[in-house]
Amino acid sequence: MTELTNKSALELAAGLASGEFSSVEVTQAHLERINATEDDFNSFITVTDEAALATAKAVDAKRSAGEDLHALAGVPVALKDLVVTEGVRTTAGSKMLENWVPPYESTVHNKVKDAGLPVLGKTNLDEFAMGSTTEHSAFGNTRNPWNLDHVPGGSSGGAAAALAGFQAPLSVGTDTGGSVRQPAAFTGTVGVKPTYGSISRFGIIAMASSLDQVGPMGRSVTDAAALHELLAGHDPLDSTSLPDEVGGYLNAAQTSELKGKKLGVIKQLAGEGYQDGVRTAFTAALETAAAAGAEIVEVDCPSISYALDAYYLIMPSEVSSNLARYDGMRYGLRVEPESGPVTAETVMSATRAAGFGDEVKRRIILGTYALSAGYYDAYYGSAQKIRTLVQNDFAKAFAACDVLVSPTAPTTALKFGAEKAADPMALYLGDVATIPANLAGIPGLSLPAGLADGLPVGFQILAPAREDVRLYEVAGPLEATLESAGGRVLDTLAEGLTK
Amino acid sequence: MTESSAITPEQVEHLASLSRIAMGEDELKSLAGDLSTILGNVARVNEVAGDDVPATSHPIPLTNVMRPDVVGETLTSEQALASAPAAEDDKFLVPQILGEE
Repeated sequence: MTELTNKSALELAAGLASGEFSSVEVTQAHLERINATEDDFNSFITVTDEAALATAKAVDAKRSAGEDLHALAGVPVALKDLVVTEGVRTTAGSKMLENWVPPYESTVHNKVKDAGLPVLGKTNLDEFAMGSTTEHSAFGNTRNPWNLDHVPGGSSGGAAAALAGFQAPLSVGTDTGGSVRQPAAFTGTVGVKPTYGSISRFGIIAMASSLDQVGPMGRSVTDAAALHELLAGHDPLDSTSLPDEVGGYLNAAQTSELKGKKLGVIKQLAGEGYQDGVRTAFTAALETAAAAGAEIVEVDCPSISYALDAYYLIMPSEVSSNLARYDGMRYGLRVEPESGPVTAETVMSATRAAGFGDEVKRRIILGTYALSAGYYDAYYGSAQKIRTLVQNDFAKAFAACDVLVSPTAPTTALKFGAEKAADPMALYLGDVATIPANLAGIPGLSLPAGLADGLPVGFQILAPAREDVRLYEVAGPLEATLESAGGRVLDTLAEGLTK
Repeated sequence: MTESSAITPEQVEHLASLSRIAMGEDELKSLAGDLSTILGNVARVNEVAGDDVPATSHPIPLTNVMRPDVVGETLTSEQALASAPAAEDDKFLVPQILGEE
């Protein structure tokens, strides 16, 4: 691991600005690191080395010419392969789109390109972002850099592993029920799910449209904040995009203090079902925050107990509708039936049978059931009411504190195959702490709280809708306080990797 | 698990045909088991909220999102057809969609 790949995005930005090194050097160092470690991690589905170096070269030339550049210009980034990239294969981790080269550009990629960040490649994910381990990718598992026998989390598992494995200083993920925050927790990195609608979803392959949100990921709160500022903002191409002013995240992360901040511990997300080591690390982080002047209170959100149930009806319902577009007619895979008549109907059925993996099929069938005549009111309708109750509970809770906190996930990173041993509901329980934020549309952030049995533990912070800045007002000083007390969690891994 | 939430392979077969996914016997059976488990767990959603609770479809509702009615950029038919499984005469080429005539 070279010195350049160990630097934070903001350190790289500073070094580029001062001329200490060039973007070509930085990009080359990361590409070499990817090359040397991909056999172990498999974080990427596609590495775009030539395009990355071309961008780096162009940025270096502009810098020498004295042009005004974005603060992150020349700092490499990795994009989850759910983000559409014009002219570059975009797979969503599915056989259905294995060879799809999009004819249009996503707003996220446009912003990244306009700011001059070299894109290292497209990162691995559970198929169509459905899963929490990357075991559902059609392109193989991504392995956790902390321990290759363990999952990196998911669905943005490749994005998180690329950060923890020092392959990329910044990553863009997406979060429908925890898919940015949980892999961040499992890899000792930082992942943010902004307020619903604050980053454009134009060109993000849809999973569940009322829940999906793009999220910035980094190895530190300040790096994530800087990327968040780049990605956020209104987009007329996305009708769910909020017309709000955004920004101030980096400043909030760098200048806030914990003194006087009121942290509400969600009663329902702390006790039963949480691994001992997770509880211990979470409680220790709370004590550190309290010692730095934060006030800790307990808040009650009773409807959160039903959030998981509501999510596992709403999400598959939206999935079954969104994925109807993969019909083998206009783009993507087309498979003809092995026998019988070849009609549009039989080709669709054969294409979807061959193109989708088991978890995607399971969710489409479940969603089709929940939306069926006769069941709609009892399942989908009732789930939407629970969504209202969750929002009401959060509103009450935020009246009593600045932010809400919980462990990000009930466990540390599981071993591969644990999923297959369990029934589907047992695995879905892993999302219990992250899902409520998606149902309510509020922003959330996961930062490392420490280690349990050698694996990272995530600390989740939630803020009211459109108050993303509050995440950083707490996460910034909390990270600094935790690091000054116990060192940076990722340093434990970095030391191991250099040996 | 309640009797009403047990899903049969025949029901899954119907759902699979509605969702246009070809499935074999084993897959139907295994999905029937999975669905029964999941629905048995989530069925309690209809016991929680009464008639007085409104439904939320979008977490942050925006209404009347419009853009000016002006011609913008679109893909050319060549671009749109470039990733089609089959194309002919500037059009998508699809399998037979109507009965034999």
